Amino acid sequence: MTSELIDFTLVSVAMLGIGIYGLAVKRNFIRMLFAVEIIINAANLNLVAFGRFLPHSGGQTMALFSIAIAAAEVAVGLSLIIVAYRMYQNVDIADFRSLKG
Amino acid sequence: MADAVFLALTVITIGSAIAALELRSLIYGSIALMGTLGGVAGFFFLLDAPFVALFQLAVYVGSIAVLILFTVMLVKRELIFKKIEDKRRKFAGIGLMLVTMVALGAVFLDSGIKTITTDEPATDFRDIGTDFVMYYWPALILMGLILAGSVTGALVLAKREDVENDQRAN
Repeated sequence: MTSELIDFTLVSVAMLGIGIYGLAVKRNFIRMLFAVEIIINAANLNLVAFGRFLPHSGGQTMALFSIAIAAAEVAVGLSLIIVAYRMYQNVDIADFRSLKG
Repeated sequence: MADAVFLALTVITIGSAIAALELRSLIYGSIALMGTLGGVAGFFFLLDAPFVALFQLAVYVGSIAVLILFTVMLVKRELIFKKIEDKRRKFAGIGLMLVTMVALGAVFLDSGIKTITTDEPATDFRDIGTDFVMYYWPALILMGLILAGSVTGALVLAKREDVENDQRAN
């Protein structure tokens, strides 16, 4: 293994930046879900990288937990998208104004 | 320093992450997201974590990406190709991204992370199994319940409108 911990950390920082850009700029519900997925993957990459280099088995264990919880989050998020799409016939979050105060 | 495989994986992961957000078609975007998730699985292989890598491939590339593709197919055709974004926020978003990357990157480059290297053998997947059964078993049970609950909740959410539609039709 020739890559070092800092390399993996920098890749994950780049993925976090791209995810933040997506969340800030996009108004499409599905694209925002993509951005959230990218951020979650950056976190998982950090967990496994630190678990490998410290070294500790906890990193991989937590990454497995995180992947499973992310699966649940995506299932709920996608069903919310389907419900919102049925109500508004659109995926633009600016149109979802029912709960706006 | 970084080797060729690492660089290739970095290009695939970062490139397809940008493509997932910027491609006009949502279908191609979700396929590009598959590339990102697959690239992260490749990083897990590089980090000697084949168990997590295969889990990532099975759960993310195998199920979540396909689920997203099916959801995209339920959306109207013109919405799939329509780019909805705040033009005013675009430059602010790019600025925020650059600030995050530069700030966090500088912090990490200045910290002691650069000096961390290891010659220890990789974690055996038996250790992960031991962790799950010995220390994290309540969390494991809770995770199973959360998964079952969330999938049931998702089904109920997606189903309710159908029932009302049927009643309306009758």
